[in-house]
Order: sequence, then structure tokens, then C-alpha cells
Amino acid sequence: MRPPNYLFKTGSPEMSDHTKDIDQPTGVETTGHEWDGIKELNNPLPRWWLYIWYATIAFSIVYMIAMPALPALPGLGTNTRGVLGESDRVNVARQVDQLRSERTVAGTALLDASLEEIETDRSLQQFAMAAGESAFGDNCATCHGAGGRGAKGYPTLADDIWLWSGTLDGIEYTLRHGIRHEEDPETRFSIMPAFGRDGLLTRAQIDDVASYVFDISGRDVGDDEAVERGQEIFAAQCAVCHGENGTGDRKVGAPNLTDQEWLFGGEYREVYNTIYNARNAHMPAWGERLDDATIKSLAVYVHSLGGGE
Amino acid sequence: MDTSTASVAGMLAVFAILAVFIAGNAMDRLMGIHATLFFFAVAAWLVGIGLWAGKLGDRDPFDETKYEDTLVKFGVFTSMFWGVAGFLVGIVIALQLTWPNLFYFEQWGFTNFGRLRPLHTSAVIFAFGGNVLLATSFHVVQRTTRARLFGGMLPWFVFWGYQLFIVLAATGYLMGITQSREYAEPEWYADLWLTVVWVAYLLVFLGTLWKRKEPHIYVANWFYLSFIVTIAMLHIVNNLAVPVAIGSAKSYALFAGVQDALTQWWYGHNAVGFFLTTGFLAIMYYYIPKRVERPVYSYRLSIVHFWSLIFIYIWAGPHHLHYTALPQWAQTLGMTFSIMLWMPSWGGMINGVMTLSGAWDKLRTDPVVRMMVVSLAFYGMSTFEGPLMSVRAVNSLSHYTEWGIGHVHSGALGWVGFISFGALYCLTQWLWKRKSLYSLALVEWHFWLATIGIVFYMVSMWFAGITEGLMWRAYNEFGFLEYSFVETVEAKHISYIIRMSGGLLYFSGALIMAYNLVRTAIGHERINQPADAPAVSNPPAAASLQPAE
Repeated sequence: MRPPNYLFKTGSPEMSDHTKDIDQPTGVETTGHEWDGIKELNNPLPRWWLYIWYATIAFSIVYMIAMPALPALPGLGTNTRGVLGESDRVNVARQVDQLRSERTVAGTALLDASLEEIETDRSLQQFAMAAGESAFGDNCATCHGAGGRGAKGYPTLADDIWLWSGTLDGIEYTLRHGIRHEEDPETRFSIMPAFGRDGLLTRAQIDDVASYVFDISGRDVGDDEAVERGQEIFAAQCAVCHGENGTGDRKVGAPNLTDQEWLFGGEYREVYNTIYNARNAHMPAWGERLDDATIKSLAVYVHSLGGGE
Repeated sequence: MDTSTASVAGMLAVFAILAVFIAGNAMDRLMGIHATLFFFAVAAWLVGIGLWAGKLGDRDPFDETKYEDTLVKFGVFTSMFWGVAGFLVGIVIALQLTWPNLFYFEQWGFTNFGRLRPLHTSAVIFAFGGNVLLATSFHVVQRTTRARLFGGMLPWFVFWGYQLFIVLAATGYLMGITQSREYAEPEWYADLWLTVVWVAYLLVFLGTLWKRKEPHIYVANWFYLSFIVTIAMLHIVNNLAVPVAIGSAKSYALFAGVQDALTQWWYGHNAVGFFLTTGFLAIMYYYIPKRVERPVYSYRLSIVHFWSLIFIYIWAGPHHLHYTALPQWAQTLGMTFSIMLWMPSWGGMINGVMTLSGAWDKLRTDPVVRMMVVSLAFYGMSTFEGPLMSVRAVNSLSHYTEWGIGHVHSGALGWVGFISFGALYCLTQWLWKRKSLYSLALVEWHFWLATIGIVFYMVSMWFAGITEGLMWRAYNEFGFLEYSFVETVEAKHISYIIRMSGGLLYFSGALIMAYNLVRTAIGHERINQPADAPAVSNPPAAASLQPAE
């Protein structure tokens, strides 16, 4: 005796009156066909299977009545709207409006306030920081890293070393106009010559300058003559921007060479390469893409990261 | 030389001339390389046919009283080869996602994730899956019609033509040729070549059914036929494009905007439906009843679920475009048809699993049977998960996240992979007429490594997907997004490591299978098989056809 099977009912062999081929282990009639030894039982559709299927069909019909479902067939003019009147486009417009109005109050206050006022007003500052962090993550972190930790070629914003300016207004200016972003006439701009590639200095001379730069950054090159020769070349070629002592000049974004912080690497090869090819990195002018409130928020956020002045 | 060989040779000669013409007029270096590669492949092919025909003597190569089994044997090994290759690339790109700098070589463009990803998807779906489908369909249609494959040399043209398509597609991806249509990246000329091959495939299949010696057409063949016909339609419509010139590898799609998006997902979704579902259900409908030596559970269920599956599946594609520019009524269509698809999909699972009625002990004794039944369990799971994810509210969380990746892999690794492995084990044992596989213990190893690998994969991707989905939609109290995109990527790192190790487990299982199949084909057998191993079950089928009634 097999236990009764409630999940999968088996066909009853007594119902059939033609020649029957009964499968022994299950006692179910086969269809009488056979392919390469494979037969088929004539079991009915499992009831639970059928009823769940009907239920999904019923649900679908109800859903199609409730929601936009049928296309604009000839004569209808438009697709069916559904009795619930739901519309993704209306919903998303409403959600965006709602979010915008939530932001407007604080956003307007932000526009009216100066950057210093934003930093000192607690609620404005919190709002600006939230907006700034969000905008920074999606626009700036790609190069400057999460939290402004920087990467090779992309300045760290979380320290107190600034190429151009570390004040609130200076940061805002950089954000708005970018660096070497030629489409913006007010962009921060300077060009370091490619001393080697453009033939301004010989390779030997570049070696000397690199030795000198090594020396003023507090490292021992071991070749004092090279350092001396390098000092002369430096005074003639580099000091205009980097200053007589190599401490840099923010007016032209020339980095301090004595502080052991290197944007493009401080190994000898890397310093040599910088002199040979120049770097002249680029940052886009975000004023073209972001609104005023976001730019201000970003300035406040970046200013707060580490070494704001 | 018989007519079929002459026709195939003639056709190849025409294509060789065409290749020379294109190579001569190539406007870009890549097209030049591809046309030359194609020419040399076809030339070698023609030489091969010539050498083969010269050695034939009096032998009839297409003896109507015998099955064409050599071709199926080739198919077993190409399937194995492409499977291992495709899984390996999968591991490479999983590593790239986990540690982006590990395989980053600026000077070698072909190591870029963007080129390796389509290489992986095409290798596993079309190279591995496609070869399994070719091999099994040629095997099954012959046994269930008691007729030799139609067309003499034509099935061989289909087989080698398909391999050539794979090589064109794969080398194209690596060189940077793509038309940027997901799962249909090969450019126009490779698409046209595949169309020729596919029409020949359809002819072979229909011709074999036409001359069948059985009064009825077995259910597996309905599924194979629906796969072949629908893939032809999907392939042609999705790839409608205008080439820049005959000497250019670049073409422009006929569709634009949301129509293009919908065409691509109509194709993409139904490639899953008619390549990875109906094709592999056909495999299930032959190899499970054959291996367990039990009748199919319900003829009625097979009819109802076949017709409902193919009717409903084709409408469900828009669920890939929820909350996009696609009109909402079309999204409703995609969602409701996906929900109605749930039970028709499960019909195949019920029919397969219940076929074991009266032979449940084989789950314990035969790991090959267990592999195929577990594949049905994964099939059932992912065909429930699919409709669930198509519900718009669920989709708003799951869409674009790793959950989707987990979903396709539970279906691909669990369902498609396992049913294919089962069929490959059966085919190797039966075609080489071995009493048993080289080692059932190795099948056990394969089974458990792969199963654990899939679980690693699925669970890590569920976790990663739901995590990033929730992070994307999180707002802070000021109405700004809580997390930046890069933070959501960072949050997935551990999941990526687990996913990668899951893939590694699955891959090692496939290597064990390859070893086992090769040893089986050579004729080796391990002596200490378990005592209750089904060594005597399924004595090798006769190579010659049974006489017609």
C-alpha cells in the first residue's frame, strides 16, 4: 500500500476503457507512446499548480484594470490609465517637488548668506555640510577621493597644504572657475614649461635641478657639485614661480618644494619627470554644472575637511 | 563526393571569396584582421573536407542506418572546453571587480573589464550553453525519431560554423569590436554568418523530424524546436543594423531611443527564455527520464506548460525597463506576464522532479541524477525569484543592483550549468559505450564543490544587492543622499570576495568534470566504485537504428 499522495494526485486507471499500459511502480496509465524507451504517464495537472496559476492570472487582470495597461489602439487615442489613476511621471514629479521644497528654505538662506555666515550659523552650517558631502561624493570624490584624501596627481583636500588658496572664498573661486579650464576666462591659470621635452634644459641640467630640489626638500643627494649647479639653474628658471627658496607661490599655484609633500611623487625619477615633461593638472569649472547653493555648500564642506584657512 | 558535401564546400568557397573581397576593401585594421582570420579558417575547413573525402573510399559517411554520433562526441568536448574557458574568464572579471588594479594593464586593452565581461557572458551562454544545446539536440532528435540527422554534411557545417562564430565573437571583443547590445555584442558580419549557420541548424532539425520513424514528436523536440525558431527571430530583429560599409566593422542599429531599449530587452529576456530555458528543458525532458529509467510524470502537464511558457514568456521583456522612459502600460505588461509565467515555468520542474517517482533511491546512488534534480531545484528557485523581481515595487529596490547578478547566476550556474553537466556525464558514458563513468566519487566532488560555490555566489550577491539598493535610496534629514556612489561600491567589497571564491569552487568542479569525462572517454574506470553504483543501468544504446515498425 502506497500512502495517499495529496500533493500530486495520480490518474485513475479504472477510468480508461481502451487497451491500458499501466506503469508498475505508480499504477498510473501511460499515454501508450514510447521514444527510445521513454514513456509518458497520463497524470492530470497538479491541482495546486493549476489553482496558483489561475490566481496569478486573476491578479494580473485586476492589476491591468487598476494600472495603465493597454496601448493606444486605433480609435482609443490614448493608452488606458487604470482606475487608480497612477502615473510614474506624475509621481516622480511630485517627489522631486517635495524634495526641492524641503531643501528650498535652507537653500535660500544659503544663497543669501556669505560663506563666513554659513560657517558660524549652526543650522545653516549643518545643512551646507550635508549638501556639500552629498555633492562631493558624487562629483569630486572621483578624483580627490572619499573625504578628500587625495591621490597621486589629485591634491589631498584634508590637509593644510593649498596650491592656490585655502580660504573659504578662495576654495569657492577654485570650485566655480576650475584650474586651467580654458573654457572659463576666469579660471585659475599658470603653465610650467616642459623643460626637457621643449629643449629648454639639457638632460644633465635637469639632473642638476632635480638634485637641487632634492636638497632643499631636506634630502641628501650626495653630489654637492650637482646641487650647486642646480641652484644656479633654479634661480634662473624656476624661482620666478616657485620662489627664491623654493617655497612656492599661491598666486600662480606653484607648489612649495621644501615641504616633502609631493603631488606627483617625490622619488628622484618622478621629480626628474616633472621637470622634463611638466604636469599642469586640470580641474573643471563646476560653476557651469552645479547651482550656487551647491557650490557654496561644497566650499564650506571642503573648508572643513582639514586645513581650512 | 555526395551532394551535401559538395553544397557545403561550394557555400564555403563563396564565403571564402567574400572574405577575400572584404579583406581587400577593409577600411579599418580590425575588419582586415577578421576577414583574414575568417578566410584562413574557411580555407583550412575546405582542405579538411578535401582530405576527409579523399580517404573515404567506398565507405558511405552518411549511412542512413546509423546514428550520427561522432558529431555529438565532438560537441561533448567543445562544450567542456568552452565551459572551462568561460568560467575562467568569469573568475578573472570577478577578481577585477574585487581588486580593480590586480589585472589592470594600461598597455593591454584586451584585459579591460569592458572587453572581458562580454567575453565571459558570450562564452558561457553561447559557447558553452550553445554547444551543449547543439550536441544534445543532435543526440536527442536522432534517438527520439529513430532517424539519422538530416542533411549529411549539413549538421557538420552547423557545428563548425558555430565554432567559427564563437571565435569571431571572442576575438572581436578582445580587439574592441562591439555593437554594444547586451548578449548580442558581435558586429553585423558575425551576425550574418550566425544567421546562415542558424538557418542550416533549423533545416537539419526540421529535416530530421520530417523523416522520423516514430508516429509522434517527443516533448523534448518541441522544446528544441521552439528554441531554434525563436532564437532565429530574436537574433535577426535585435541585430537589424546598417553597416558603415562592407569593409567596415562598424554598424548602426536600426532602432533608437526607448524603442531600441525595448528591442534589446525583448531580445535579452527571451534569450534567457528560449536559449537558457526551453533549450535546457528539452535536455531535461530526455536525460532525466532516460537516466532514471522512469516515464515522464505527466503528458498533459508537458503540453500545458509548454504552450503557456512559450506564449507568456515572449511578452515579459519590458520588466527590465521598469521606471524608465518606457511607457508605463508596457511596464504593466512586462510585470503581469512575468507573474503569470511563474506556474508555467514550474510545470517543467514538477514534470522533471516527479519523473523520479518510483526511483527516488537514485538520488542517493547516482550523483549524476542528483545533479540534474538539484538543477531543477535551482530552476524552480530562480523562476520564482524572476517574477518576484519583476514586481515594480520589488524592482525599484533590486534593479541595477548585484541582486540581478545573483539572480542570473543562480539560474545559470544552478539550472543551466547542472543540467548541462548531467547531460555531459550521460553523453560521455553512453556515446563511448562505457559501463560507468570513470569515477562516481569525482562526480560527488564536482556536485558538492559546485553546489557550495553557487550558494556562496547567490547569498553574497543577495546581500550586496540589497545593501547597495538600500544605500542608494537613503536620504539624510536634510533631504540629501546619505551615501555617495563610491561608498556603495566600497560596501560590496567583502561580498565580492565571497562571490569570487564561489566562482572558484564552481570552476574547480568543472575541471574535475573535464578530467572525469576525458578518462571515461578513453575507457578508464576506477576499480573501487561504490557497491551500489548504477553501473549496469542504461546499457550503452545501440549505435545502429532500430528497424522501423
